[in-house]
Amino acid sequence: MSLVVLDHATKRFMTSSGGLHTAVSEVSLTVEAGEFVAVVGPTGCGKSTTLSLISGLEPPSEGTATVAGKPVTGIPDGVGYMFQTDAMLPWRTVLGNVAAGPMWRGVAKDKARDQAREWIERVGLKGFENYYMHQLSGGMRKRVALAQTLVNNPSILLMDEPFSALDVQTRALMQNELLNLWSDTNAAVVFVTHDLEEAITLADRVVVMTASPARIKDVFTINLPRPRNVEEIRMTPEFIAIYSEVWQSLSSEVEIARTTGANRVA
Amino acid sequence: MSLDLDQTTTETQTATVSKAGLSAKQRMRRHKALVYTLRVVLLVAVLAIWEISCTYLFDDFYYSKPSKVWNQLVVWFTQGTSSGSIWVNISATLQEAVYGFILGSIFGVVSGIILGRSRLLSEVLAPYIQALNAIPRVVLAALFVLWFGLGMTSKVVTALVLVFFPVFFNAFQGAREVDRNLVNNARILGASRWDVLRSIVVPSATSWILASLHTAFGFALIGAIVGEYTGATHGLGLLINTSQNSFNAAGVFAGMVICTVLALTAELFLGALERRLLKWRPPAQSTGATAV
Repeated sequence: MSLVVLDHATKRFMTSSGGLHTAVSEVSLTVEAGEFVAVVGPTGCGKSTTLSLISGLEPPSEGTATVAGKPVTGIPDGVGYMFQTDAMLPWRTVLGNVAAGPMWRGVAKDKARDQAREWIERVGLKGFENYYMHQLSGGMRKRVALAQTLVNNPSILLMDEPFSALDVQTRALMQNELLNLWSDTNAAVVFVTHDLEEAITLADRVVVMTASPARIKDVFTINLPRPRNVEEIRMTPEFIAIYSEVWQSLSSEVEIARTTGANRVA
Repeated sequence: MSLDLDQTTTETQTATVSKAGLSAKQRMRRHKALVYTLRVVLLVAVLAIWEISCTYLFDDFYYSKPSKVWNQLVVWFTQGTSSGSIWVNISATLQEAVYGFILGSIFGVVSGIILGRSRLLSEVLAPYIQALNAIPRVVLAALFVLWFGLGMTSKVVTALVLVFFPVFFNAFQGAREVDRNLVNNARILGASRWDVLRSIVVPSATSWILASLHTAFGFALIGAIVGEYTGATHGLGLLINTSQNSFNAAGVFAGMVICTVLALTAELFLGALERRLLKWRPPAQSTGATAV
């Protein structure tokens, strides 16, 4: 039994002008426990909507989403979600933010704080427990978000372009950090990005989506050995071979997205 | 003080440090001293113009003058007023304003947050709230004196009604403008509806609510005074009313001076409360520049 199953899932939204916009169309995808799946596609194609379907934040218009054998109605147990933009509470300290999840899930305050401290240390923020969000750099905030999500021990980790706002060096650092932390768990990861290099570096499988509405175009298995060092793996011939293979598939979609985008502007 | 004003001072500070041999801190202190001096000069000038013009040019029977106002204040504080000791009157007004302020704020915050979170309720009630808000509510004071008598209750209710609306509208706005991202993140992390309300909606509406409380205390004071003016046994509004009826312009001004002092004192407390509750917020740009 696969952990996550999307079966012909379609999502339509009502647009402000009253029309229907299809964000995701007929997506069928399965993710196993412990598997790292990256979803790539042109910017704005509807990749994030796929994550909302799994997380239960949005119900599918047609088709089904199943997590751990149960159809998704509310937010399924064991789901963690890292958003593209910061979603921590600015009026709470690092400790308060990381401890929030366990406390909302009914863990006693002291215990929740102990768990939070442990994760703050694991993401490398020891000593920053009492800082507020505005006192931290972009990379540090991502670390807080990571700790906040992982402290709940998710069995499914949904990530929506979590590192896209970071500079190149910090991004590589966070990618390594993520791989390290993930390797200790048996969590399934669905990682949405528009950056193909990031997708191949991190994932076991790369799913290429079409320009809007998002359909699954191709799925590539990435057989690069683990543990991986994100900065070194990019230079290996195997990586470059896979990259050009996947890019063949993705580039035409990017082209389509660009033309329609240009038309929309014009 | 505005942001760019502060920044220009910082720039001129660094530029002049070497010339005058003064540290930035000394320059800052001098600047502050200058501001305070000019404030005092301005006040003295206005009072002097008033005093002189009303002594030689205009009739101080109607316009009064600072020395007369001062004498009136001295009389009130040393010999008492027509309606008892000045302290009894001040405390009556203050109690009415504070009770009205507290009750009005509580009602305003609670109903603002409930309506802000419930789309149906806010859509149903919107035209009625607009209509209620359009009523010139000070006239209600007359009605409340009829209903609740000359005692404290009618003034507290008047103040409450005046305080309610600004607080309500801000709490409503604050509860509606909650970042969806924060709510989604919290729900994924395991927050129930109640947790979302308590840990996200209320704190993010707090800065909106606190902003409204500053004006709201002014309204509470207006409510109390107008209520007393309409009919009362004690209070600053009554003193002002009595002074007016006996053609005592100095008495009206003296009442206003006391009200101003009360309002400024309340402002001080509210400012402290705001700083305490919003300590998580990033400091304003100007202080950041000073820290560097």
